[in-house]
Amino acid sequence: MVATQTKPLPTTSSRSTTPLIEIDNVTKIYPSTAGDNVVIKDISLEIHAGEFVCVIGHSGCGKSTMLNTVSGFAVPDKGEVRKNGQKVTGPGPDRMTVFQSYSLMPWLSAYENVYLALDSVHPTKSKADKDHIVREHLTMVGLGEAMEKKPPQLSGGMRQRVAIARAFCLYPEILILDEPFGALDAITKEEMQEEVANIVANHDATVLMVTHDVDECLFLADRLVMMTNGPGATIGEILEIPFPRPRDRSQIMEDPRYYDLRNRALDFLYGGLEIE
Amino acid sequence: MSASLPSKGTMFAGVNITKLWKDLLPPTIAITLFLLIWEGLSQSKVTLLPGPSSLFTDERTRTLLFFPFYDRGGIDKGMFWQTLASLQRVAISYTLAAIVGIGTGIAIGTTPLLSKALDPLFLFLRTVPPLAWVPISLAALNKNEPAALFVIFITAVWPILINTAVGVREIPDDYNNVAKVIQVSKQKYFFKILLPSALPYIFTGLRVAISLSWLAIIAAEIVMSGIVGIGFFIWEAYQNNYISEVVLALVYIGMVGLLLDKFMEWLQAQIMKGQ
Repeated sequence: MVATQTKPLPTTSSRSTTPLIEIDNVTKIYPSTAGDNVVIKDISLEIHAGEFVCVIGHSGCGKSTMLNTVSGFAVPDKGEVRKNGQKVTGPGPDRMTVFQSYSLMPWLSAYENVYLALDSVHPTKSKADKDHIVREHLTMVGLGEAMEKKPPQLSGGMRQRVAIARAFCLYPEILILDEPFGALDAITKEEMQEEVANIVANHDATVLMVTHDVDECLFLADRLVMMTNGPGATIGEILEIPFPRPRDRSQIMEDPRYYDLRNRALDFLYGGLEIE
Repeated sequence: MSASLPSKGTMFAGVNITKLWKDLLPPTIAITLFLLIWEGLSQSKVTLLPGPSSLFTDERTRTLLFFPFYDRGGIDKGMFWQTLASLQRVAISYTLAAIVGIGTGIAIGTTPLLSKALDPLFLFLRTVPPLAWVPISLAALNKNEPAALFVIFITAVWPILINTAVGVREIPDDYNNVAKVIQVSKQKYFFKILLPSALPYIFTGLRVAISLSWLAIIAAEIVMSGIVGIGFFIWEAYQNNYISEVVLALVYIGMVGLLLDKFMEWLQAQIMKGQ
């Protein structure tokens, strides 16, 4: 292992293999007229295969920037991101991203949107195979009846479901979710969280997700990465979420550790602030 | 369809007569008033321009009005053939302008260097009015017919080109990000993302261009003697002081211009259905 942790992390003794993703001392600077703006500074994090990692922090703290260094949309100014030991140099379907804004083509139906992604990542698969995979994934997110509809005819929750089907059907090595439920109402959000938890379990997927919802993290994540405020944001603390899977929302909320973890997260986020 | 309309008016054959009446009455009154004032002005000799009634009272014009399909050879043809000849020129040049405009627009929109190099030139050229192109194209091409075609082409190409380039440049980052993650092939990117995304802009350009090219054909033909076409028809009628024929030709030009715009609007609605 190359990465050296500057902070003592909770030991993950069961995982001794090479991590899937290594964020190694990554710093990202955006130059501006008023001088360089250091968005994130010296961030190091390892993500192992099969893990669900949530990143939480105040808006503008650089969560998305950190995510972008993994997805390949942002190039670190210092340090590097490695996947299976290989340096990440650009975006690719092995690190499929679900964007907050859904990013569906409005002129393509739900089916065509998913098919376009699958077809361009696996052009050699037979048409019948591709058709089967697309249908399977759209059905999985509950859109079996709405496949032929175009995004403008779908609600926000349904659009995000299409985006999620599009991401999962590629079986990415790591799935990157950038505040995927941020724009949804509370009820749809909870439904989607449960669906995502199920699909992640079925696919045995590795997920890196940015959010600002502590309860969402506690329900979904194995580890909760909390970031300090920018500029020069870095990882402040990492919490292990020990609840066994599959998780039941009401059950874990009865667990005394739930409120302990929740308070620690909220303390970290809001405790250090003098003025809200 | 008629049953679902909450209507208070009288219905006839599925058409709401009351609504139709309300829609048509104001423009009918306005047009009638306009024609009456015009007629009054020319009857009272305030202007030498013949009134609208001259379309019927002037014998030559009456012939042209009632026999649009006559053909006595040469350039002595009915209004239908004159208009058709002009429309054909527009069709040829406009098609060419669409191909060149969309093609170049996409190239410029996707290549920042090309855009930097050519933008100033294009912004300058597009401000040249159609009529100013006439002597240049005559000098360059030596013959009336290709010169007329070139004038229409050069007038119509800019709005198509510039709108297409903007449309391509304005493809939302969202779509481009998806394209990058799924590493879509160049061909798929072009047909599934670039073209549909830029299509509304392209159509805006196409619609502006069809009106402009119809304006340009008149300018182009007016100074090009000896060709069949509504532009030269106007010029010749004016030279011979057949002013009521000019009035008749204006009616044709206005109607065709309106129809062309409506056709593009319809085409746009058909192609962009469901977007």
